[in-house]
Amino acid sequence: MLLAALGGAAMLSLAIGSNPLSIAEVWHGLWTHDDSTASAVVWGLRGPRTVVGIIVGAAFGVAGALIQALTRNPLADPGILGVNAGAGFAVTLGAGVLGLTSVTDYVWFAFAGAAVATLLVYLIGSAGRGSTTPEALVLAGVALGAVLTGFSTMLELLNPQVFQAVRNWGLGSIDRTELPEALGVAPFLAAGLLIAFVLAGSLNSLALGDDLAASLGTRMLRTRILGIVSITLLAGTATALTGGLAFVGLMVPHIVRWFTGPDQRWIIAYSAPAASALVLLSDVIGRVAGRPGEIEAGIVTAVIGAPVLIALVRRRNVSGL
Amino acid sequence: MTARDAAESPTPVDFGRATRAIRLGPLSANLPLRVVAVSLVLFALAAASAVVAITIGKYPISLAEVYQALSGGGADFPRTVVLEWRLPLAVAAVLFGAVLGIGGAIFQSLTRNPLGSPDVIGFDTGAYTAVVVMILVVGSSGRWTLAAAALVGGLATALVVFALAYRRGVQGFRLIIVGIGVSALLGSLNAYLITRADIVDAMTVGFWGAGGLGHLSWPILTPSLMLAAAIIVAAILLSPALKRLELGDDLAVTLGTRLVAARLSLMIVGVATVALVTAAAGPIGFVALVAPQLARRLTRSPGVSLLASAAMGAALLACAHLISLAVAEMYAAIPVGLYTVCFGGGYLVWLLIREARRHGGLR
Repeated sequence: MLLAALGGAAMLSLAIGSNPLSIAEVWHGLWTHDDSTASAVVWGLRGPRTVVGIIVGAAFGVAGALIQALTRNPLADPGILGVNAGAGFAVTLGAGVLGLTSVTDYVWFAFAGAAVATLLVYLIGSAGRGSTTPEALVLAGVALGAVLTGFSTMLELLNPQVFQAVRNWGLGSIDRTELPEALGVAPFLAAGLLIAFVLAGSLNSLALGDDLAASLGTRMLRTRILGIVSITLLAGTATALTGGLAFVGLMVPHIVRWFTGPDQRWIIAYSAPAASALVLLSDVIGRVAGRPGEIEAGIVTAVIGAPVLIALVRRRNVSGL
Repeated sequence: MTARDAAESPTPVDFGRATRAIRLGPLSANLPLRVVAVSLVLFALAAASAVVAITIGKYPISLAEVYQALSGGGADFPRTVVLEWRLPLAVAAVLFGAVLGIGGAIFQSLTRNPLGSPDVIGFDTGAYTAVVVMILVVGSSGRWTLAAAALVGGLATALVVFALAYRRGVQGFRLIIVGIGVSALLGSLNAYLITRADIVDAMTVGFWGAGGLGHLSWPILTPSLMLAAAIIVAAILLSPALKRLELGDDLAVTLGTRLVAARLSLMIVGVATVALVTAAAGPIGFVALVAPQLARRLTRSPGVSLLASAAMGAALLACAHLISLAVAEMYAAIPVGLYTVCFGGGYLVWLLIREARRHGGLR
C-alpha cells in the first residue's frame, strides 16, 4: 500500500506543474524516450526532481526514525536539531572563504556542516550521565540552529556580493540539484540506509533500556556509534542536496508507528517510502499552491509539520518509544 | 524576653540579606540592597557604553565634545551629530535592552522556566511576521501601522501559543515546544513572503529581520519611547503581583492576588515589550532570555528580579550596540540583533550543557 502511495505521489509529481500532463501522457512519456513534449518534461524537468525527492525523502525519513530510536526521543528530527543550520553555515563559509559557486562544491561543505552539527547536538544531548528529556534536546538543537544561522547571516552581511548565490539556500527545495550530482552522493545515502537496516534489530533491544539491551547481548557503544554515522550520512547528504526539509524526519516515523507498532525493523523499512511520498506530495502541493511560481517543498513540510510537533507535545504518551 | 514579648515587639524579619524599606505615600517597597547595587552598576555600564558608542562613527567625536553637546554647548556640527544622529541610537539601545530584560523576566517568572522567554517561545517571530505581512502584502510601511501590527502580531502569537499549550494548566516545557513549532511555521511563512517580494521590499524587510538600530531617529523613536515608559510603569505596578505568583498559585490567592487578572496583565506587558522592540528595530533575539539569568546570578537572588533584569538587558544591548559600531568601523555594518543572537544563543547552549552536567541529563 505504501509503495502504491509512493507510486501515486511520483506520478503526480511528474504530471503536475506549469505544463500539466495527463497520467496517460506521463506513462507514455516515461516509457517512450522520444522528443515529444511529454517525454521532454518527464525526463528532462520533473523526472530528476522526482528522483531527488524520493532519495532525500527516504534519507530524512530513515534518519528521523533512527535519531528518535537512538535518543528515545519522540521529538527528534534532523531539521529541528540544527542539522540544516549546520549545513547552511558550512555552505556560507565555503562560499565566503573559498569562493565556491557551483552546487557540486556546496554538496561537500553542506555534508561536513551537517555532520558536525549532528555530532554537536548529540554530544550536547548526551552530556551528563542521566537521560535527556525530549524537550531539552529540541531546545539545544534550536539554540544551536539559531547561533549557526546568526553567524551565516553575519557572514552574508559582511560581503553581500559573494553570498548572492547562497542566499535562500536554507529554504529546502528538491528542485535544486541536478541528477548527476544527486547520483554522485547516492553511495553515501546507500551506505547510511544499509547501516540503518542492519542496526534496526539492536535498536529494538535499545528501546528496553540500556541495561536490558546490554544483557540481551546488544553492543551498546557500537550501536550508538553506527547509528550516529548513519544519521550523519543520511541527513548530511539529504541536506546537502536540498538545503534541508524540516519536520519530515519528525512526522513520518510517528505516522508509520500507527501501522507497524513498535518494531524498529518495520518502522525503518516503512519510513523510507512513506517519507519519499510525503516529500513528493509536499513538492506537488507547493507547485499547485504557489502558481504561477512554486513554493519550496521545505516551506510546505514546515507548514504541515509544525502542527504535528504541537500535537505531539499535547499528547501525553507519544506513540510508544 | 518572653515569647509573648518577642511576638509583640516589631523587630523586622531577617530575610538573610540586607534590605531597606522605602515608603512613598501609599506605596512601599522592601528593596534588597544587593539587587539595587548591582542594578546601579549595570545601568552605569549601560550609560557608559552608550556614551562611548556616541563617539564612534564616520565623523569621530571626542568624549569631551559629547559632554559639551549633551550639556547644550559645543560647536554646531558635532552637536547635530551627537544629538540628532547618534543619541537616538544610544538611547534606544539602553531603553530597548531594559524593556527586553523586563519582558524576559516576566515570562521566565510566569513559566517558572529560564527558557520560557519570549524569544524562545516565538513571540518576536509573530511580531515580525505581522510586520512582514504589513509591508509585503498590505503594502503599508507607516511607523504607527507597523508598531500596531507588531503589537497585534505578538499578542496573537502569544494567545495561540498559550491556547495550544494549555492542557489542564500551562506546563513550562510544553509551552516552549509549542512556541518552537509555531515560530517554525511563522518563520517559513516569512521566508516564503520574503523570497517572493521584489528586491527593494525584501531588503527593507530583511533589514528588520536581523534587528538593527541604525535607522532610528527621534521622530521614529518618540512613539516607542512613550510606549516604553508606559511598559516600565506597568511593570513596576505589577511587580508585587509577579512576586506573589512566584510563591505558587495557592499562596498567591491567599495573599489576595487575582490570578487570572494578574497573569493576563503581566502577559500583555511582557508581549508588549517584545512587540515594541520588534516594531522599532526588528527582532533582537536572546536579550530577553539571557538578561534575567545573568542578573539572577549576579544578584544571587532566588527569583527573577525585574529591576536587575532591566539593568542587565540595558547593559547587554548597549554593549552589543557599541561592539556593532566598532565592527562597522573596521569591517562592515552588522545589525546589533545578530550579535545578541550569536552570543545569547551560545550562552543558551552553554546553559543547557551545564544543567545537563549538574542533573545528569538535560531536563
